Parts: sequence; C-alpha cells; structure tokens
Amino acid sequence: MRRWGPGRFLVLFVVVLVSAFLIVPVFISIIGSFSGYWGLTMFEKGLTLRWYAYVWENYSHTIKFSVIIAAATVMIDILLGVPAAYALSKGHSRWSTGLEELLSVPVAIPGIAIALALIQTHNYLSGSWLFIVVGHVIFTMPLMLRAVTAALRTAKLAAMEEAAASLGAGRCTRLIRVVVPNVRDAIIAGSLMVLTMSLGEFNLTFFLYTPLTMTMPVGLYESYASLRLEIGSAYTTLFLLFTLPLMALIQYLGSEKVEGRGF
Amino acid sequence: MISRRMADKLWVSGLLLPAILTVAYYFIYPMLVLGLTSLHSEAGPSIVHYTDILTKPRYRESLFDTIFLSVAVTLVTLAISTLLSMVLVRWEFPLKKLYQALITFPLSFPGVVVGFMIIILFGRTGVIPNVTAQLTGRPLLRIAYTNGGLFLAYLYFSIPKVTMTMVGSVHKLDMRLEEAARSLGATPAVTFRRVVLPALSPALVSAGALCFATSMSAFGTAFTLAQNISVLPVLMYTEYTLSFQIEAASAMAITLGVITLLFNYAYRTIGERG
Repeated sequence: MRRWGPGRFLVLFVVVLVSAFLIVPVFISIIGSFSGYWGLTMFEKGLTLRWYAYVWENYSHTIKFSVIIAAATVMIDILLGVPAAYALSKGHSRWSTGLEELLSVPVAIPGIAIALALIQTHNYLSGSWLFIVVGHVIFTMPLMLRAVTAALRTAKLAAMEEAAASLGAGRCTRLIRVVVPNVRDAIIAGSLMVLTMSLGEFNLTFFLYTPLTMTMPVGLYESYASLRLEIGSAYTTLFLLFTLPLMALIQYLGSEKVEGRGF
Repeated sequence: MISRRMADKLWVSGLLLPAILTVAYYFIYPMLVLGLTSLHSEAGPSIVHYTDILTKPRYRESLFDTIFLSVAVTLVTLAISTLLSMVLVRWEFPLKKLYQALITFPLSFPGVVVGFMIIILFGRTGVIPNVTAQLTGRPLLRIAYTNGGLFLAYLYFSIPKVTMTMVGSVHKLDMRLEEAARSLGATPAVTFRRVVLPALSPALVSAGALCFATSMSAFGTAFTLAQNISVLPVLMYTEYTLSFQIEAASAMAITLGVITLLFNYAYRTIGERG
C-alpha cells in the first residue's frame, strides 16, 4: 500500500500544484502590500507602509461600516432564528420540515437575484444601512437556523424542560434558562459563520449600496478597479485580518462546511 | 380559558412568526414581484423576456458561454477535488491541520477577492509573468483578464468548496473493498476506477451539482476580471444598470434562480442519500 509508484508521484505533483495555486497568491498579496513599487519586481524601491495609510484614509469607513452591518446581522439572526429553530423542533415533523425548507430557500438563490428583487419592492430603504442589513439577514438566517436546529435535534431537552416546568418555570423562562444555554455552542458557531458571510458579502451588497453605505468587499472591488496592486494588496490584507481569524475559529470549533456562499 | 395544548401551540407559532414574516416580506414578496416584472411587456403579460435569452444573439451567447464555462469548471474541479479529498483523508503528513485550514480559507473570500488572487498570479505584473520574465526574458501567462483567467478564477473558488463537501464521503469509503481488489491482483489504477469511483459516484454527482450551481451564479469574480466576455450574472447587471432593461434583467435573475435552486436541491437530496 505504501509503495511510491509513478502514480503516487503524479498525484503528489497535482496536489502540490493545486495547493500552491490556492495558497501562494494569499501570501503574495500580504507581502506585496509592503512593496514600495510593484513592477517587474516588488522591492526595488524598498518597503513601505504607505499603502496602509492610503487605504486607512480612503476606506476605513468601509471597514467600520462592515463591522456594524455584520454585528447587526448576527443579532437579528439570533433574535429571529433561535426562537424559530426552537419552535420548529417542537412542531409536527411534517410541516416543520416544510417550513424549515421554506426558510432555507434564500441561501440557494443567487444574491444578485435577491438584490434585484429587493430593489423593486423596498427601494425606499435605499441609502439606509438597514437596506444592506435586510439583504444580509435574508441571506444568512438559514445558516443560523440550520446550526441551531441541528443542535436542538441532538440535545435531549424534553426531559430537562419537563423538570423545569414541574418546578414552575414558564415557557419563556424555559426557553431562555434551559434551551438557550444548551445550544449555546451552536449559536456561537452559527454566529461566526454569519459574521464571516456578512463581512465577505459582495454580490447582493453591490446592488444595494450607495456611496454612504459602502461595505468592505465593495470598497475592495473599487480598489481593484484602480489596477494598483499595492493598494489592492494592502486593503485585501486588512480584510484578511478580519476574516481569517474567524475562519480559523470556525474550523477549530469543528464545522468545516461553509455553505451558501456565492462568489 | 384556553387549554394548555392550545397555549403551547400559540407559543410555538408566536416564536416562528417573526422569522416567517421577515422572510415573507423581504424575500418571498420581492421574489414574486421579480417574477411579475420578468413577465411584463408593453402588450401585456408575456414570456418574451425569457425567449429573448434564447433568441437574442448577445443573450444566447452569454447563456451558452456561462453554461459551457460552468460545465468545464465542474468537470476539472471534480477531478482535482477527488484527488485532494483522498489525500486529505488518507495521507498523513506534518502540519496537515494547517494545510487543510490554508486550502479552506478561500471559502471565506468574496468573489472580488478571488478575482484579485488571479490578478496577483496572472495579471500584468503578476507573479507568474514576472517570474517567467526573469527566467526566460519573456513574461508568460498574462491571462488574468482572458477566458483562461476566468476559468482559473472559477476553479479557485470551486476546488475548496467541492473538496470540503467530498471529504465526508471519502471518509465513509470502505477500505476493505480496495484491499480485497488489490489482493486479487488489481493495480492501483484499476482499483481506483472499478472500486473507488463507483462508490464515490453519488458524492461526485452531488458535489458536481453544487459546483455547477455556484459557477452559474458567480458574479463578483467575473465582475472583477471580465473585460469582453460577459457571463449571465454580469450581463444581468449591465442590462439593469446600463441599459435600464429591468424586465430582461428580472427574467435572467429568475432563470439563474431556478437553475441554482434545482441544482442546490439535487446537491442536497443526492448528498443525503449517498
């Protein structure tokens, strides 16, 4: 089994090539963000932090705005998604799976289609940060719902709830003091997923933003269009500072599937 | 007095209601209006904007280009991801966890960043052209803004996604079957073709459906790289913003939505069975 035939070397070659293709540009982008001038070589004009200063001056508002949008999206997803997941776990299995499917549909629809639909019906929100939050909530709530529903299915809550009820706890108390603490990990995992999705969302946001409500990915697009690799790299590196720790944490917590992301 | 069962039902419905109303008002209602717009024409309701996608040369070309690109990306991605997922499951090497994390990171990139990664590799002063210019005196593979660049960009987001969906299925493969085949004298290649591939085929079909859906609806990546080719999502955007053809754009949006919904459904149902 462990003999290294020519086939195995071919596999190794392909794997190395593909891995380099995926990983190398990320590091080049980080290195290049310090380049004084990115021409045929990167460092003939030395190292600089100039591009970071430039990006901060021109785009720091997009970073702050993205963080606000992502935080609001997570909060609304929790407030809407956790009670809904709990209710679905209590309901009759036939219509509750149907409803779960229905609530999950937005994740399977391209962001640009949702955006074009939102523009035609809720354009009065245009220019408001809420417009973007609405788009992100529609698109990310299924992820929160799925994470919590899965946890509720495995947690043995019925007995605990009964015990709590027999001690006089009302429905609301049971939800907050018994159910939520037991699915806390799923809520955290779902929140991390939603944060990552929201911070990186471009397709939907691009249709809904105005110059005053520009998020990080939209700003990134603008900086790439300027064709200055140094600036694009510095901005991208700042973006990675936000999303890569989140991704690492998601992986650490063990959910490796990142679904529902459109590119 | 309402009974306890009644109260339970009310409580459960009350918990569901905010989520359902939100989805109804901000998703279902807008999608219905999108559908109505796509059927709107000056002479009353008609499907002319859908038939236009198939008959107007510019639209049809874009549709076929997008389908062709997505099929090609799906096939190449499946081949590469099968290898990668088998390596991830079966090979042991140092820093494997870190390696897995590194090749999964692109999953968190927006499409525009994926496009930028291709510009960094294959752009005018990209890594590959620069290095080959140093070595051979001539820059090679300055293809970021060509069809080839777009193809590579789609591979860039597809490979991590498909690999991660296949890892679970590779885990479930029964290695005893392969050992049996080997002990009966089958070469590794034959074992792979006759034992591994058939066992993986539901996973391949399911992951392929996901990959196709993702490629068909990709927007940001193509938007960053596209110069003269225009995939359907980008065409939809230009028809809406530059040509003010909101009915045509809506028909394209619905078409894309139906395609991705169907393929996402195939991905989930086949994936659950496999």
